[in-house]
Amino acid sequence: MSLLFHSRTLLPGAVLTLLFTAAALISLVWVPYDTTVVDIANRMKPPSWLHPFGTDQFGRDILSMIMVGARTSIAVALVAVGIGMAVGVPLGLAAAARKGGLMDEIIMRANDLVFAFPSLLIAVMITAVFGASALNAIIAIGIFNIPVFARLTRGAALSLWNREYILAARVAGKGSARISLEHILPNVANLLIVQGTIQFSLGILAEAGLSYVGLGAQPPTASWGRMLADSQTMISLAPHLALFPGLAILLTVLGLNLLGDGLRDSLDPKLRRART
Amino acid sequence: MRLRKFGLGLVSALALAASMGVAHAKSDIVVAMQLEPPHLDPTGAAAGAIDSVLYSNVFEGLTRFGPDGSVNPGLAESWEISEDGKTYTFKLHEGVKFHDGSDLTADDVKFSLDRARADDSQNAQKALFTGIETVEVVDPLTVKVTLKEPNGSFLFNMAWGDAVIVAPESIGDIKSKPIGTGAFKFTNWVQGDRIDLEKNADYWGEPAKLDKVTFKFISDPTAAFAAVMAEDVNAFVGFPAPENLPQFEADSRFQVLVGSTEGETILAANNKLPPLDNIKVREAIAHAVDRQAIIDGAMFGYGTPIGTHFAPHSPDYVDLTANSQYDPELAKKLLAEAGYAEGFTTTLKLPPPSYARRGGEIIAAQLRAVGIETEISNLEWAQWLEQVFKGKDFGLTIVSHTEPMDIGIYARPDYYFQYDNADFQKLFADLTAEDDPEKRSVLLKQAQEMISKDYVNTYLFQLAFPTIADAKIKGLWENQPTQATDLTAVYWED
Repeated sequence: MSLLFHSRTLLPGAVLTLLFTAAALISLVWVPYDTTVVDIANRMKPPSWLHPFGTDQFGRDILSMIMVGARTSIAVALVAVGIGMAVGVPLGLAAAARKGGLMDEIIMRANDLVFAFPSLLIAVMITAVFGASALNAIIAIGIFNIPVFARLTRGAALSLWNREYILAARVAGKGSARISLEHILPNVANLLIVQGTIQFSLGILAEAGLSYVGLGAQPPTASWGRMLADSQTMISLAPHLALFPGLAILLTVLGLNLLGDGLRDSLDPKLRRART
Repeated sequence: MRLRKFGLGLVSALALAASMGVAHAKSDIVVAMQLEPPHLDPTGAAAGAIDSVLYSNVFEGLTRFGPDGSVNPGLAESWEISEDGKTYTFKLHEGVKFHDGSDLTADDVKFSLDRARADDSQNAQKALFTGIETVEVVDPLTVKVTLKEPNGSFLFNMAWGDAVIVAPESIGDIKSKPIGTGAFKFTNWVQGDRIDLEKNADYWGEPAKLDKVTFKFISDPTAAFAAVMAEDVNAFVGFPAPENLPQFEADSRFQVLVGSTEGETILAANNKLPPLDNIKVREAIAHAVDRQAIIDGAMFGYGTPIGTHFAPHSPDYVDLTANSQYDPELAKKLLAEAGYAEGFTTTLKLPPPSYARRGGEIIAAQLRAVGIETEISNLEWAQWLEQVFKGKDFGLTIVSHTEPMDIGIYARPDYYFQYDNADFQKLFADLTAEDDPEKRSVLLKQAQEMISKDYVNTYLFQLAFPTIADAKIKGLWENQPTQATDLTAVYWED
């Protein structure tokens, strides 16, 4: 618990992140109104007790849409970061274990190749070729997460390979795969968690961007980016249509960034020493 | 002191003179529209955007559409129709010149019609010309067209943008350098941005009142709104965001014209794809859809409900909306009778316009209420043409058919919704051969009823055509009897 107070940003970040995670989880079992039912007679109603965030252009409850949208965003970003870690971390560990070898070269140059393309451009390309859907958005965002984790892992692992305890493990006869798994991975986990939080917030932004241009989750699945896109011509008529999804994206990304910062401050041994 | 006063007086007199000069009516105009033409040959592509820029402004046909949809003389000042209704002798206007200075002669007319009906013709509406047997040049200003069968709508057909008269010597470059006979000359095309026209000083008819016309292409509805509000454009024809219209109406700087179009907006069903090949299923869909909710929700109230594929402003229109009243209970019953009591899943492919994207979400919700699940996919126009229109790979789609009098598409079994009914094909053949207006009207009404009772598609509403213009602009077309932005009579009021 004392961890939370190491950093000034950790607590607000954690609260905001928990808030949206909770909204997404609750939406799995309950939402105030069904978001797939349109009610044209009640469209574009301003916020009221019945509809705290008002209703959208089809008369759907915006609070419910935000909750379902949180689920879409978090699911897409979480799975995408998961893909990036699951593929990127082993690649980075392998590259570090064979530093300067052929495998290192192949892995890192392949990473450079993916890195060379602007990330959102790859995502647009993938969804344009394979069709727009939440699944393709996940794959697209996941792919550009791979080199991020691969590089980070390799860089951190390289410095560890020169440590005495690794040398001791080697002398004890452990192979490089076991050393990577048992000694390197636990020591880079801190970094990975921090980077994972940052990538998670970028993933949410990417999902919102893709659905804004119509390449993310397809209707009737609610998505923050599409809510923004649909409401932009109505801003002067009913500002709340764009306000709430915009705030949701802003606060979630802000929360995750604060959380990431806070975690780094608390977990990074160098910074911890500097403070005490 | 006196000297300075005199000086001031002189300055203000000069300023007054200068401001009087400015007060002259403007003679140039910037007209914006959403879609840019792919190229500039109206006789070589289906894209309506080509006609929206060039029809009547740059290119003219033997006959032309008036703002009310009437067929008026164009390059032909008069015509005679033979007793048997098969021969049309057109008398051309004297002194008509193409923009490159060459004279319009009967040879150009023969060339244009023969080119349009040739086997290798790229014309998007070849059906307009297939009834022509021969085109003969009688003398330089007379041309005789002989038809295979009498055709009551031949003069109407000749008014289409696809039937404009082009010259053989300019045909090579027509896609980038269109040369016509109209009141405006093409000057410049900056792709992705604008097309410039200028007044044709040698025009044969009533000269245009504007000296310079710029068509700008703004596809994004938000940018369109901003451009009009900032007065970067003087008019926007076919404004894409109906929700913004009340705001323009409340602003005295602008006039808002909401005209009718030939755009029957339909929920088209693939009549060959199970279970949509079952008439009961299509009838169920028609009853499951609440038109008024779609007009209100997608078009913010702009649009007229239709019950068949016909424009409500036409004198021959029959109101058949009662055949497909909104009745979800009946829809469920019909689905059960058809053996789909549990419902089914089909695809709903939506092109970019807001009537389709927004209408699609509403229709999906309405269909879900009776048990029909739809998988929505939003497509760009090119993808839509490829997958739906050409590939026929779809269950349901929403599209607006903007061609005038296009009920004939139901007589083409290979048309994308694949309605194949021999009775209708015979009825339409009879209609084409008939030239007595009374009998034509009866047949047209029968045709409307037949497709309505067969529930070929679900007929939603007639698309409205919003034009927003500076309040001082006069002479714009309010309605869209054909896709056109006819600026020949447009002027600025002082």
